Formats: sequence, C-alpha cells, structure tokens
Amino acid sequence: MKTLVSINNLSRVFDVSRPWLNRLIERGSKEYLHAVSDVSLNIPAQSIYALVGESGSGKSTIGKIVVGLLEPSNGSVEIGGVDLARETDKATVARTRADIQMIFQDPYASLNPRWRVSDIVTEPVRARGGDISGLAERLLEQVGLSGEDAGKYPHEFSGGQRQRICIARALAAGPKLIVCDEPTSALDVSVQAQVLNLMSDLQEELGLTYLLISHDLTIVRHMADRVGVLYLGRLIEEAPCDDLFDNPRHPYTKMLLDAAPKLDGFGREVEPPKGEIPDPINPPSGCAFHPRCPLAIDRCKQESPQMQQIASSRVACFRAG
Amino acid sequence: MRQAIARAWASDFMWSFRHSPVAIVSFIVAMVLIMAAILAPFIAPHTPFDPGSLNLMNGFSSPMQPNQFTGEVFWLGTDDQGRDVFSTILYGMRISLFVGFAAVTFAMILGVTLGLIAGYAGGWVGTLIMRVADVQLTFPGILVAMLIFGIAKGFTPIHLRDQMAIWVLIFAIGLSEWVQFARVVRGATLVEKGKEYVQAARLCGRSGTAIMVRHILPNVLGPVLVIATISLALSIIAEATLSFLGVGAPPTKPSLGTLIRIGQGYLFSGEWWILLFPAATLLTLALAVNLLGDWLRDVLNPRLR
Amino acid sequence: MVEPVLSVRNLQVEIPLRKSLLRPVDNVSFDIAPGEILGVVGESGAGKSMTGNAIIGLLDRPAHICGGEVWLRGQRIDNLPPEAMRRIRGKGIGMVFQDPLTSLNPLLPIGAQLRETISEHLPVSNDEAAARAIAALEEVGIPGAARRVDAYPHEFSGGMRQRVVIALALCAEPGLVIADEPTTALDVSVQAQIIVLLKRLCRERGTAIMLVTHDMGVIAETADRVAVMYAGRLVELGPVREVLSAPCHPYTIGLMASTPLASQNRKRLNQIPGAMPRLDALPPGCAFQPRCTSAREVCGQGVGPDLTAGDGRAACWFTQAVSA
Repeated sequence: MKTLVSINNLSRVFDVSRPWLNRLIERGSKEYLHAVSDVSLNIPAQSIYALVGESGSGKSTIGKIVVGLLEPSNGSVEIGGVDLARETDKATVARTRADIQMIFQDPYASLNPRWRVSDIVTEPVRARGGDISGLAERLLEQVGLSGEDAGKYPHEFSGGQRQRICIARALAAGPKLIVCDEPTSALDVSVQAQVLNLMSDLQEELGLTYLLISHDLTIVRHMADRVGVLYLGRLIEEAPCDDLFDNPRHPYTKMLLDAAPKLDGFGREVEPPKGEIPDPINPPSGCAFHPRCPLAIDRCKQESPQMQQIASSRVACFRAG
Repeated sequence: MRQAIARAWASDFMWSFRHSPVAIVSFIVAMVLIMAAILAPFIAPHTPFDPGSLNLMNGFSSPMQPNQFTGEVFWLGTDDQGRDVFSTILYGMRISLFVGFAAVTFAMILGVTLGLIAGYAGGWVGTLIMRVADVQLTFPGILVAMLIFGIAKGFTPIHLRDQMAIWVLIFAIGLSEWVQFARVVRGATLVEKGKEYVQAARLCGRSGTAIMVRHILPNVLGPVLVIATISLALSIIAEATLSFLGVGAPPTKPSLGTLIRIGQGYLFSGEWWILLFPAATLLTLALAVNLLGDWLRDVLNPRLR
Repeated sequence: MVEPVLSVRNLQVEIPLRKSLLRPVDNVSFDIAPGEILGVVGESGAGKSMTGNAIIGLLDRPAHICGGEVWLRGQRIDNLPPEAMRRIRGKGIGMVFQDPLTSLNPLLPIGAQLRETISEHLPVSNDEAAARAIAALEEVGIPGAARRVDAYPHEFSGGMRQRVVIALALCAEPGLVIADEPTTALDVSVQAQIIVLLKRLCRERGTAIMLVTHDMGVIAETADRVAVMYAGRLVELGPVREVLSAPCHPYTIGLMASTPLASQNRKRLNQIPGAMPRLDALPPGCAFQPRCTSAREVCGQGVGPDLTAGDGRAACWFTQAVSA
C-alpha cells in the first residue's frame, strides 16, 4: 500500500524554563521537556492509524506537528513525499496544506461562537479563495445535518452536532489526511457511536486517511487498522490493531490493556499497575518504563531499547520476543 | 424586523436591563443629558458665546429671579458677563461629551490593537507593549494626561494653540487611558488564542492578522464595551479636572470643567449658582455613565460579581 | 432485609430560571445497603451528579430539593439546617469528587486537613488525630506517609492527590461515600489503582459507595447494582450483571449496543438517533420516547413511567415486550 504520511526520527523539545530573571535569582538552570523523542512511523494511504498513550505521552504533539501547527525540533514529517517544514515551493506547500485537516477534542471550543455555521464550514475553501456556492449545504448534509442549519450559530447545536460541524469543516477542502485528536472524548456514549459511524462511513466513501489520537482503547480497537503505543514521548510498540490487542508484546502495552476497565469484567479483581507516569522533564534513565516494569533487568536502566521487528509488530523492549 | 426586535427584547441582556432600576434610571439620565448636549443650539435659550448677544447689565442674575436692571429671568441665573448659566452648561456639556467620546474612541482603537498584538503575537513585541503599559499604570492617569498635554501643546504652533486645544486634550486623555483596554484585550486574547477554533483557522491557511481581526476580535468585544463605558465617565472627569486646572478647554470654548473653574471664584461672594449647577451636571453625567458601566460589567461578566 | 444506609424516596430537585422551571432530578428513588456499591450512570446532564449533590446538601443556588425524602441510617437529612448537614458530611457521608483540587484546601498541608476532619467528627485527642492522619495516608498507599503528612496538595501528582481525597473522605469513618466521577481526570493505569483502592477500603470497613460515573466499564468492574439515569429520571435499576448484559429499558439497550466492545473490530456501532432533550424542552410522557424505536402512542402521554411501571427494574410501559 502507498504511504501517505512518513514520520522519520521525529523529536520535539519544549523549553519549559522559568523566565531568565527567576532563573538568575533562584540559580535554576534551563529545563527542557522532550515531548516527542525519535519517533518513526509510516501511515499507509486510506487507512486508520491510531496513536494511544496516557497523558504526557506526546500523542497530541505528534498530531500537531503532522498538521503543521507545531514545528519539529528534529526529524521530519513527509506528507505525500512533501516535507512542509523544509519545502520551499509555495504552490507545493499550499497544495499539501489543503490535503491535511484536523478534528479537535472539544466541540465547544473548536467553533467560533460569533460565526454562522455556513461561514465556519466553508472557511478552509474561502481562505484559499475557492468557490463556495452551495458548499455549506452540501457539507452539512454529508455529515447528517440539514442544509437549513447553515444560517444558525454554534450555540444552537448539541455537542454531537457540533462535532459533525467540525467534521464538515474538515471535509470542506477535500483533504486526504484528517488528524482526529480525541474526537469523541467530550461526547456521551450514545452520541459517540453516531460520530464514530460517521467517521467510518466518510473514510470509506472518500478514501480518507485518519491519524486517530486517543486514550480510549475501546475506540482504537473499534476504528484502527494499525496502532502505535507511546510512552513518555517514545513509540514503544507498533502493530496491526488485532495483533496489538490480542498479543501485546511490550510490557507497557500489556499493562495498559489489563488496566482498562472491561464492559464484561463484572467484579474483576485486577492487580493494579505499579507506580505513576514519571515526570517527563526528568524521565528515568534507559527505558523510561523500567521503574514500573515487571520484567525490567539491569540493562533496561542503562540503555534505551531500539525498535525491533517481531513478526508484524515493532517493539522497543529488550525483553520482548 | 418586528421579530428581531421582539427577540432582542426577550434576550438575557434586555431582561436584566428591564429588571435593574439602577440601569434604567442611569440610562435615561445619561440619554437625556447626551441629547440635551447634542441639541444645545435648539434648546438653549441664549447663545452664551456670541458677545453680541450679551448684555453686561444681566450679570450676576440669581436663578429664577427677574434681573434688577433688565427684568429678564434666567432659570439658572447668569455669570459675571451676563451669560445664561443653563445655556453655558448645555454648550459646556457638548465639549465635555465630545472630548470624552473622542478620547475613549482613540484609547479603544489604540488599546484594542496593541492588546490584540500583545496577546496574539506575544514574544518580545508583546512584552514591550505590556511593560510600557505597566510603567504607565504606576502614574496616576491625570498626571500622565497633564504630561502628554503639556508636551503636545509645546509642539503646537502658538497661533493654533486655542484652536487645537480640544484635539490635544483628546489625544492626552486617550493616551492616558489605552492601558486598561490593552490589558483586558490581551488577557481575553490569550484565552481565545488557546481555543481550538483559532488552531482550526490556522489550519485553514488564515494569516495572523485575519485570525486576530476576524476570529478573536469579535470574541473579546464584550469586556471592551464595559471598559469603554467606564472609561467614558473617567474621561469626562479627566477632561473636567484638566480644564479646572486651567490646562484644558480654553475659556473661548468652555467645557463643564472650565465653567466650574470660573464658578469657584464666586463661591464665597454669594453667586453660588455659577459653580453649583455646572458641578451638579458633571456629577450627574459621570455618575449615570459609571453606574451604567457597572451594570454592563455585571451582565457581560457574571463571574466578576 | 438489612436496613439500608441510604434511602432516597421520590427525590425531586428544581432550578427556577426566569424563563422556565427546570427539573434536573425527578422522582428518583433508590436504597443503598451497607457495604454495597451502587453505580449511577448516565450521560452529561442526566442528573447523576445533581442527585449526589442533593443527597449531601451541596446544591448550588438556585437549585433546591422540592420534593421527596433522603434518609441516612433512619435519620431524615434532606430538611436539616445547614449546620447539622455540615456535621453529617464527613461523619455520615464522605465525598470524593472528580477534581481532587476542589476538595483539598491548597493553603493547608494535607495532614492538617485530615487532623481537622478527624478531630471534628471523632472524640479523639490531638495526638491521636495526628496518628490517625498518618495511618489514613498509609492506608491509601501514600509512600512515606509520616514524612509527607506536612506536604501541600500541589506537591502531589494527580493520582496521589485523589488518594489523599479518599483518605480525607474515609478518615471520619462514614457509612457512605459518594464518589462523583472519581477517576475521570486520571490516566487509565492510575484509574485502575484508584478503583482497586476504593473497593478494598470500603470492603474492609463495610462502607457503602454511591459511584457516579459515565464510564460503563468502571461500573461493570466495580458496582454491585447499577442505576441508569436519563433526563433526570431513573430509567433502570438492578444488579449490574443483569442490567449490563440483559438490559430492559430501551435506552439502556441502546446505550449498551452503542458502546464499542474491546473484542469487536470495525463492526458498525448501533446508534441511538438524536440527543438527550434539554431540560427546558422535555417531551411529554416518557422522556426517552422521541428517540425510542419501540415507542407507542401511550409513551407520549401524561406522566412518564417510573420504575413501578414494568417489573420493578425499568421505567418503561413495555419492558416485557421489549426484553422478550
């Protein structure tokens, strides 16, 4: 299958130091947060790739770098062979940007409350000077709303309907890739099902590629073709969806799957995972997971494991295999 | 059209207006005063600053009493030159309100623009703008206005000074009041900037200016309206203070402040009305506008209550 | 039959607004037995948190209880004066909220907050209160409790903070804990720790829990019985295994079918059409009727069904017909 998105050795560092005057007075040094460290992955065209991880795993940062809201500190993101951070030809940049869109987590904050829905959903086209006659109505009907809704304001819609409007806006410019950052975590279960079904239908109809960012394993299992698991900014396991859920190879993935509450787990007594996610500003040495890992050996404390191919999975663990 | 009015009447905003006696009374008072000022040439019984129409014999007439020489009756009395106090107040309020509105508009445009830039662009530009604002805040507004007024007057050619005085006044008061706008707009911009609709607009390929003007500006106007109303009251008082100190509106175009300055000279010689009526008008005007601003703040920003 | 710890009868909460009178909790009745965990689920706005807040007397004005009764161990508590209610909170009912920061005073060391709660509700000396505070922290798994007792809330991570809140809720040994979305703000691995902790402590002490959450998985693993709320009303109440694997009410049936299962990939999800009605636009009759596929004429008339309408488990006129 053709690769649409190719992420190579991507890193992103944030300067989280206190202002220089405070540093001077408190004799502190500069502090950096390695939000993403050396992540490489490929997303095949017309597939759904899911990134999962807990808070501080860097999944949202990767999403923002892919769409171009953040610049990489190191490494590159190529979309259809174009690296937006380095490409100099303006026409190519504009064409590639139009191929990427994003759906955000909070359907209340992602629509400008002072704009009419028709202006919101057509903005990607208007901003590029395209023809928008009848576009708003067509888009709204495509996401299951009525064309008459175009003249209304966002506050007249429920959370699920707002997320449909967000999807309509993402579709407006005819993108190839849509980055979905926790698209349903602000929605109730019954509405979540509507949005997930809509996303599936649109993907099949329009041949879209999704980068799905989520902490909810059931949604990932339901939607994804391929899954990458992140821990403290590093990709620690990547596998086809079924393989990952049926046969997790990294101890962190196993822990995550065990810890997730199960709908049919009546009265389940699990041994809870050890410890909490470490401070990402001062991550543990070697493999960042070693303080919580039941399988950790001395080597894990010193060396950071590289990705290795095992069957259809890639795992960054010395003890996997 | 009728529907739109009905909907506006039923809106939360109008509801809380209808249920706030303070807001209704101050709105009516402010409107009556503003209309009176605008319509001064039609309402005023005399044209007080046309020397040809003045009769010195009318000087120092008491309110509602026939003048001892001419027998003319002046509602609020006359001053030393025989000018009708009621008419001078109407014309003076015109100047005061014009300076107030113009100064607030100037401060608003300047403050909102700088606040948007400081909030959205951030970086050293934002820091610079806000540091200037902080420094200015450490001085009382009226001192800043006097300083700017003095400097600006120094740059005005002498023969234009009286003519330009009003504009210099507007410039000085406006410049002393932009800080409030900038601070509030910057804060609101920082909040809005973090919201996802701004990121969505960036993904649509919108430029920074377009995002600031078309996306963020409409969402920060609520607090701006509140500050503008409160600033209007402050500007009117600032203008009056400057004029009272003799550095504001010239005696040829007296504002309420100038009238008060003129009147205070007669306070102890028995002609109390020359001071009292302009002062009472100023107080009423500033109070009404200020109360209206307080009410607006409560309505538009319930958390501040 | 053991006497229930908490008994709620026909509880009604209303919020008078200038345009309308909202009823976020309407005619809700349930019991919680000692040591039992009752899960309360529902979508946002279904009234589940409001029910919890009404029970502990923490409704924000202008919301107030306008009908029904709340009994705590045989004492009626819904009409108590604020001072008496304050004593009940802590001693009678402990509370755990979603955001640990709202239940902890940021300006006081956690030890001081624990000691204050303990000595206010229990007849112990200061020294014993201090010892109990440390014991409580040890019990909830705070490493180095004796050392960290003087730390401030911001010095703890989110999961540790929630442990402190649990220690605070349990230190006066209440018979009932109301936990409102206790794990929603936490990561999956920490969530598992907190749930295990809450379950263990309550089992050891025989404390009952009212667990309010929107997460069906958490309910399945934790609760003994489950109450499903919709638009302010209780629509189904029963043992967790039965309600989740063989739901009776059409809403619960739809809810379970629309939840993605961990074992199925890419199967089309069942969806309930529409969204929950807003409280100011409730339909007549059964509130779920406009979205219900098996609604009939009677569903849209009069007062909606309550739990007594069917076999005592679901508030639906046609329970048997639907589940058959």
